[in-house]
Amino acid sequence: MAIPIPENHPAAIARIEKTQLTFLQLVWLRFKRHKMALAGIISLILLAFFAIVGTAFTTEAYSNVTDTSIRLMPPSQEHPFGTDTVGRDILSRTIYGGQISLMIGLVAMAVEVVVGVLIGAIAGYYGGIIDSLLMRFTEAMFNIPQIPLLLVLGKLLADKVPPLNLFGREFSGSVVVIIAVIGLTSWMGLARIVRANFLSLKEREFVTAALCIGTRNGPIIFGHILPNTMAPIIVSATLGVANAIINEAYVSFLGVGVMPPTATWGNMLNGAYQYIESAPWLWIFPGLLIVLTVLSINFIGDGLRDALDPHSLVGSE
Amino acid sequence: MGRYIVRRLLQAIPLLLIISIAIFLLLQSSGDPLATMGGRRTVRPEDRARLARQLGLDKPVYMQYFYWLAGNDWVKLDINGDGISETTGTRKGVLRGDFGTSLVSRGKSALSLIGERLPNTLILMIPAEIIMLFCALSIGIYSALRQYTWVDQVVTTGSFIGYSMPIFFIALASMYLFAVNFRKWGLPYLPTVGMFDPKVGKTFGQVMLHMVLPIFSMSVVSVSAYSRYVRSQMLEVNNQDYIRTAHAKGLTERQVLIGHALKNAAIPIVTLVGIEIPFLLGGAVVTETIFGWPGMGRLFIDHLTRSDTPVVMGILMLISVAVVVCQLITDIVYAWLDPRIRYS
Repeated sequence: MAIPIPENHPAAIARIEKTQLTFLQLVWLRFKRHKMALAGIISLILLAFFAIVGTAFTTEAYSNVTDTSIRLMPPSQEHPFGTDTVGRDILSRTIYGGQISLMIGLVAMAVEVVVGVLIGAIAGYYGGIIDSLLMRFTEAMFNIPQIPLLLVLGKLLADKVPPLNLFGREFSGSVVVIIAVIGLTSWMGLARIVRANFLSLKEREFVTAALCIGTRNGPIIFGHILPNTMAPIIVSATLGVANAIINEAYVSFLGVGVMPPTATWGNMLNGAYQYIESAPWLWIFPGLLIVLTVLSINFIGDGLRDALDPHSLVGSE
Repeated sequence: MGRYIVRRLLQAIPLLLIISIAIFLLLQSSGDPLATMGGRRTVRPEDRARLARQLGLDKPVYMQYFYWLAGNDWVKLDINGDGISETTGTRKGVLRGDFGTSLVSRGKSALSLIGERLPNTLILMIPAEIIMLFCALSIGIYSALRQYTWVDQVVTTGSFIGYSMPIFFIALASMYLFAVNFRKWGLPYLPTVGMFDPKVGKTFGQVMLHMVLPIFSMSVVSVSAYSRYVRSQMLEVNNQDYIRTAHAKGLTERQVLIGHALKNAAIPIVTLVGIEIPFLLGGAVVTETIFGWPGMGRLFIDHLTRSDTPVVMGILMLISVAVVVCQLITDIVYAWLDPRIRYS
């Protein structure tokens, strides 16, 4: 229960002025000032639109049709983005591949956030031996370079997951593998940030107060401390989507990632460098889409970083 | 300081052991090296059993790991499959510097394969890292000193875009422009693939020429990332009291910049470089694949896809050791850059 303050009291006026804006409005106000971040949002919406609305014009079956009599055809009326090495239409593959690439980015980010937050929160909150064990583990994961580790894990699990059916679409099992593998090899930075924040937040009065009224550890971690450290998590989750998309592209590009016929922007590039001279459309279109997506997400992340930073000032142009 | 270094190195031993066990388990279950040994023919079951016995792949995984680590020259092995262990093993184990024999390039030791490729990677990576650092420092410092001018705006936006670029796109695009189209337009063009033109041979000039595009592609990404750090660090340091003091006591702009500002701004940059160097040693898999550079990255991907555990283990352990050593060097450099940091 808050003690009522007389209406003309300065504290009340200050509170009224502050509460005119909710936290989200405040964030949006700051975010809007970041022109590139706004451009990023618009271009990301357009990209998602491309990948979703595009499906109204072509079917996935069409994107997987191979016809070697029209292999490596340059862009034309019939195939606006040209055809690939086995005569598949590149435009419809970029549409369906885009869905997979964006989905991999989002789901891998979710895996990353769950693992990173859990490990960071537990290490930071409990401290002591749990903290040092978890942090040694984090260090060990940091010590193995991510791309080789991704390649090893991707190869290990590649054919162990059967194809699965989701939303009426057939996915190669390697999609799941890549999502898990990317998520499980990129949580370390986030875990460190969360741990550091937990270390300082758990000493604060509101945590002591919660402990005093007998709140259990679980609700304290997730209900009291975690909401106070959302800003860095949101920022690194945003950037995590971009990183996951790039990593998927790297691994698929090297032929260890998502297996055909399922298209992703990354595996469409696999082998394209051999046709750099004769068929540049093989890599230009999926490559540009990856670049655009990653760039937009990074700009949004940058804007969010400024907007969520409590030290940045409102309305100070 | 000496004791600190020894302690750090001792702490690294369990870490390296755990990493090696983890990677070994992953690799051993990640594929069948025997599947590709018969070339195009499928391997007959009896040949498969014989090969597995000779290569020691019939042993349980923990024994394989133990032989990999400590060697097997002190046990009798049953090589010919008659049930009697009579042949003494020949492997010395990693602890005595034997990383085993490659399963793919038969008869060659993993170390000699790595030894053939490591110089190629270093030839590419050392100049690349020097160029990256030089460019990033000059660009970052220049744009920090001219904060909010149009140069700074261009640099900040440009580095943000460069830093978001996947390396394969830059590699492919630069190859397309400088090699394919320059040739089409009759301009002097750069070579795309390999380390040298086989017709000319492996001369200094040829290797230099072939290095331009890979180094350029790697630099775009790294310079962008580094220069962002340099810029923000320089901006932060420039507001410190000791910079004003240095100016006040009449030091030249240059002395303040190099001796006071840069030295303090360098710590996070040293951290970044310390993280990056060991991975450079492992070669850039993507860059080397695109440009056909015969370095460690391609050795890694080629042997990984054929489940050649000894070579892949060798490369990964080399990188892990390099990570440990570089972290230690980084920490020592911190103490030199910032005398307030003391290790005991």
